[in-house]
Amino acid sequence: MASPPVAAATRQRSPMQAIAVLLVLAAAATMPFIVSSFHLLQLTMVVIYSIALLGLNILTGYNGQISLGHGAFYAIGAYTTAILLDYTGLPYWAAIAVAGGLCLLVGFLFGLPALRLEGLYLALSTFALAVATPQLLKFHALEEWTGGVQGRYVSAFSPPFGLPLAWDQWLYLFSLAVAAILFLLAWNLLRGSTGLAITAIRDNPIAAVSMGINISLYKSLTFGVSAMYTGIAGGLGALVTQFVAPDSFTVFLSLGLLVGSVIGGVSSISGAIFGAFFIQFVPNVADQISKAVTWAVYGSVLIALMYLAPTGISGFLAMIVRRLREWRKVRP
Amino acid sequence: MEALMHQLLSGLANGGIYASVALALVMIFQSTHHINFAQGEQGMFSAYVALTLIQAGFPYWTAFLLALGFAFVSGAAIERIIIRPFERAPVLSVVIVFLGLLFVINSLAGWLFTYNVQSFPSPFPAGLGNRFLSAHEIGMVAVTLVTLLLIFLFFRYTSLGLAMRAAAQNPDASRLVGVRVTWMLALGWGLAGAIGAIAAIMAAPIVYIEPNMMGGILLYGFAAALLGGINNPWGAAVGGFIVGVIENLAGAYVVGTELKLSVALIIIIVVLVTRPAGLFGRTIVTRV
Repeated sequence: MASPPVAAATRQRSPMQAIAVLLVLAAAATMPFIVSSFHLLQLTMVVIYSIALLGLNILTGYNGQISLGHGAFYAIGAYTTAILLDYTGLPYWAAIAVAGGLCLLVGFLFGLPALRLEGLYLALSTFALAVATPQLLKFHALEEWTGGVQGRYVSAFSPPFGLPLAWDQWLYLFSLAVAAILFLLAWNLLRGSTGLAITAIRDNPIAAVSMGINISLYKSLTFGVSAMYTGIAGGLGALVTQFVAPDSFTVFLSLGLLVGSVIGGVSSISGAIFGAFFIQFVPNVADQISKAVTWAVYGSVLIALMYLAPTGISGFLAMIVRRLREWRKVRP
Repeated sequence: MEALMHQLLSGLANGGIYASVALALVMIFQSTHHINFAQGEQGMFSAYVALTLIQAGFPYWTAFLLALGFAFVSGAAIERIIIRPFERAPVLSVVIVFLGLLFVINSLAGWLFTYNVQSFPSPFPAGLGNRFLSAHEIGMVAVTLVTLLLIFLFFRYTSLGLAMRAAAQNPDASRLVGVRVTWMLALGWGLAGAIGAIAAIMAAPIVYIEPNMMGGILLYGFAAALLGGINNPWGAAVGGFIVGVIENLAGAYVVGTELKLSVALIIIIVVLVTRPAGLFGRTIVTRV
């Protein structure tokens, strides 16, 4: 991927941009009271996917580690949430926090051997992880916990503080709040010295070591943080679907996440949102043409995008904004 | 003892398929340093071509050869049209393009040939079988060995094979002595496509034919290529047979059939962590 300038993450945001972000957030928060219940559910999934994609962007886009297996962390988040809700009586928000923590740990541990695997090799081993995930979830020794092939139901809950909201409205707002916090944290992480270290490892590992960056620590930590984001998204996803089963977490989930990430713009924060809209809505549109066409559309869009706009939608928009500014400068 | 023997031999038979896939992967990796995630789907599509020809009334081996021809031409075409522009692109772009290719071929097959699971004929007479191996398994091993032999003879004794090896090893010097390097790459892709097609056509009577038939096989192919050494074709072929045996023994005695795919995951991770160059591969030293 032609790396877009790091400055995108590190430069100071102007007040205009802060206002724009707040406006978008406010508009998003009014959605539950405008759109129908069905569309709200779709939007909830967009919010959730954007969290998962943000995790993938941090890892693949900013740190340059290619993961074709993030569906596995999504699955761990979903199953952990489902199991905790059923067995421990933890409130749902705590269950999701625990699921995120667990994914942080698992991701960190998976990241340790992954350190030795550069580029393609990491892609291969995470691909293997993605392919093996449904089998591991069906494994009979874990059946008591995972429910085996049948999967398991996720306990429902009602909005807190006696708020006059329907379950789906509350779930949307809750997901939106979680997403807002996680996006803010990611932005903060990536714009500081940590972010510079993470991108330096991607751009020139040898120079990064020479500058005193502990590559192994940063790479594993990035893997962990990335897995945590995706795991939290998985937990929220389980709350929405109220059901988890091995066949929802096939290799195509992992690949779909990567597709969304790349199409949105893999080295950007806003790209996660564009990508989430893409994976939620484009399959629906393509499905109306033909069932088989969905993945053909994905595939063709992917290849075409690599030719035309390797920085994804977000990079494309940034380019337009840049061109407009230059044009305004040139104009007398 | 007899059961163990049976598992070992049938593991070797499956290993032949993995060996072919691994060989195809390694051929492409050696010349372009790409891992072709769409290798399995290319083979699957050619197997469908073979099936269509057989159903249209062609004799099996004619259909087999025509399908190989299709695989060769389409492999070379994919290299020249789709992959070539990404020659100098970063790893992530190339991986994405391969995944795109995987999706497109997979859904094209689903669209043209439906997602229904179909049976695929085996050309080997039932009389060939014995108490350890079925007729198809024996035939499969024979086909694999003949393929490996032909490939070996081609690369060892023909000037075209020499030119291809030279183009993969040192493109600049080869260009200077008049080897058309870009065509050699396309040729390598064509050959890899044909070998992948052999693997898919041989696997189809066992796993049945459907658009996702190669998923697991490709994974074992990756494991085999890494185990044998991703820069050594013969190592990769040996790796294929070893992986076939490990898979069968682990499936029968250790983890059960439920977790067979995880065996591939474990092999891949163990190899990459303990011996990234594989059993027979060269260790690559980078100058800093």
